[in-house]
Parts: sequence; C-alpha cells; structure tokens
Amino acid sequence: MDQSILLVGTRKGAFILHDDGGRKDWRVSGPHFLGSAVHHMVLDRRDGKTLLLGTRPGHLGPTVFRSSDLGAHWQEAAKPPAFAPAADPAAAAASVDIVFWLTPGHADDAGVWYAGTVPPGLFRSADGGNTWQEVAGLNSGYLPGIQQYIGAVPGGPPLHSICIDPRDAAHMYIAISSGGVFETGDAGETWRPLNRGVAATFMPDPAPELGHDPHRVAQHPLAPDRLYQQNHCGIYRLDRPGETWQRIGAAMPAEVGDIGFPVVLHPRDPDTLWVFPMDGTENWPRTSPDGRPAVYCSRDGGESWARQDDGLPREQAWWTVKRQAFCVDSGDPAGLYFGTTSGQLWASADEGATWRRIAEHLPEIFAVEAATVSS
Amino acid sequence: MSVRVVVPGQLYSYTGGQSKLDADGGTLGEVLDDLDRRHPGLRFRVVDEHGAIRPHVRFYINRAAATSLALPLAPGDELLIVGALSGG
Repeated sequence: MDQSILLVGTRKGAFILHDDGGRKDWRVSGPHFLGSAVHHMVLDRRDGKTLLLGTRPGHLGPTVFRSSDLGAHWQEAAKPPAFAPAADPAAAAASVDIVFWLTPGHADDAGVWYAGTVPPGLFRSADGGNTWQEVAGLNSGYLPGIQQYIGAVPGGPPLHSICIDPRDAAHMYIAISSGGVFETGDAGETWRPLNRGVAATFMPDPAPELGHDPHRVAQHPLAPDRLYQQNHCGIYRLDRPGETWQRIGAAMPAEVGDIGFPVVLHPRDPDTLWVFPMDGTENWPRTSPDGRPAVYCSRDGGESWARQDDGLPREQAWWTVKRQAFCVDSGDPAGLYFGTTSGQLWASADEGATWRRIAEHLPEIFAVEAATVSS
Repeated sequence: MSVRVVVPGQLYSYTGGQSKLDADGGTLGEVLDDLDRRHPGLRFRVVDEHGAIRPHVRFYINRAAATSLALPLAPGDELLIVGALSGG
C-alpha cells in the first residue's frame, strides 16, 4: 500500500510527516540530525524508498546522507560533493559550504543524482549518492568565466532548481541565485544563459545577459517546454523554444506584488501554478505582505491570479516561505504543502482552496517535499 | 605511543561516542588522515577539500592553537579538536 509522506528540512534537523489516511492526519517523526541544518531531503522517485539529504552541522563541513528505510538508518556519502583545486594555484579555491539542492537524475538513469551547492557548483553521483563528482563543464569550465556576475546573497549564492528534461537526460536547466538561469544540451559539458526578458533592477544595465536572481525555476513534468520562474524581480513564464521570459506576475494585485521565493506547478495541468508572495518593497522585509499570508493561484498560465487564504491567519502573521518549502503531491485533487520560517507546516487537500496547519513549533523550515512510498 | 586525541561532541557520531582516541602521525594532517582511516568521513567534516581548517573548528596541540596541518606532533602529544562558536 502506498503512503504519502512529507520530507521536511529545517535549520535544526529533518522531520518526516506520515499521512495516517486521506491527507488529513499527519504524524511527525524525527528529528533526524538534530542540530544540523538540512537544506533539502528528497525521495528517489525511481525506487520509491531511497532518501537523500544534504546537511551541515553548525560547526562542521557539509555532507550527504542516504537512507533506504525512511530514516531508521542513515549512511554518509563516502565522497561528498567537493571542489577540485583551482587550475591557477595562486587563485583561491572554492570549498563547498552547503549542499543546498538534490535532484534525482532522469527516470532511465537509475542511481544518478545531481546536487547544487553554495558557493555555486553542480555535482553528479552515479551510485545513488555515495560518491560525487563535479560537473566540470560547469564548475571549472563555464562558471569561472562569469564569476564577476555572480553576486553576494545572504548565506552565499546557491545553485538550485536543477531541472532534467524528461525527454532527454542531457538537456538540463539550472538556476544560480544572483547569477541567472542556464541551459545545457550535452549533459553539462557546455552551458548558455537563458535570462532574456527577466528584470534585474539591482543592476545598472536594465537588460543584462547575466547576474539575474532566480529564486526558483520549475519545469512542467508533462509539458517540459513550459518553464516558470519566481525571480527576485517578479514571476515569469517561458515557453520553449522561445528565449524570452514573460512577466506573468504583472497580473498580480499591485498591493501584493509578485516577489517571492517558491513557485509550484500542478502535476498534470501546465497552466496551473501557485506562488507565495512576500513583501519586497522598500527595505525588503521578506515577510507576508501586510502580515496577511496567502497563496496565489493561476489557472491560465499566469494571465490571472486568485488569492487562496481560507484557513490561513488573517492578520499579524509575519512569516514567509522559502524556495524549497512549498510543494505539491500527485493526488487528484492535488495536495499542496508549505513550511514557514516560523516552523509551521500548512496543507491543502483541495488545490489551495482551504488550508490547515498540520504541524507547528518546528525549527525554521528550509524545505518540504511530498512523496509516495510503499509501506 | 600514539597521539592522544580529544574530540568534541559534534564528532561522536563518527567515533561511536568516544571522546578520547589514539591516532598516529607526525603532523596534524597525518593524524587527521589516520583518524579518517579509523573513522571514515571525520576528516572532511573538520577540514575542507583544499586542506583548510573549517571556520568553526579549532585545533590545539598540547593546549597551543594549531592553525596549520603541517605542524608536527610527537608520540604522547595531546590533540584537542573543538567545535567553536558557530552561532545560534
């Protein structure tokens, strides 16, 4: 029998929520790695049982752990992601600070995983996450040439949103905060920027080729030419082979704006997506606008948006939702889940129409992933 | 006689809960290599991929701060590893 679970990474460890039936009652287990930041915990959808998480204790270096029994036992990667020495011995070599993002490889590539790090780096494992190698075409090939465009963001710029084309394992998109969106067609040997049409109001050039700040990029699994992006400067859509992003966030209410971190796509309908706006005005509080958190949903590819806040606090709620902390399951209707910076988990079993708090008092939530396992 | 190593709680998951260990090596780097052989993964948690001591880790040899992996140790010396001040 299949069981729905939620994989929750927090500033102080990882937790797993188990569906006790009907996506209504959720049981919290954990913590795992108490005291260590867990930026991402992901199930291998190809085998339905292997978990990978990226963790960094406050004092020690970053690493990856694996479990094949839902966290009853964990095994550390024998060779975690790590950068090679710089080609120029005089140059300062980057060292991995955070394993920020984990993505299973293509459905046909059993055992292949990708990891994105802070500072920006892309790593690949071919053995289920036990040993990791650099994607040299990016880390030591492409990125050094554009290093001057990669800015400083709090906590360091992460490489995230690793999207693998379900039609072609060699075709991938990645995003680098304060760097931009990039595409490869040859499994990472060569890369090109894909940022046309995206605003970068924090740069002197109004239309730069590089240096944008994507917060989250998502590719629709059934319509892989449809991409959405929640950027530091708005919500965008791109239909490939087009090259120019369209700012669909322009249709958001002006008093709410279109700044935020996550963007979540419906598992079947490429025109349905959800965002979680935050206050990006003046000094960028990065809280719910006006202290009134809400999800916004579009059913028409971003032409129009509807507020979804039934069940959420109506005032004095100043949390927000980070880029990995909002997700969707594969149910029908789709279930939505988000975790807050104040340690609450909220769920909707009706595609955002109503919301229920299913956990509270957790540490600051970094990531939430919905998954299905065989129990 | 080996080097006597005292490790912090942050590393107990690698040492099976032991706080005091013995290790061999003529330098700090060699002692860490030996610790990693006995407790795989430990070295990378305290030293990065380029041999730099991680920002919130401190080493003391016979109570004197050690900031280079090339510093020598002799049998009977004490190596103290401390997880220091990483924030709230």
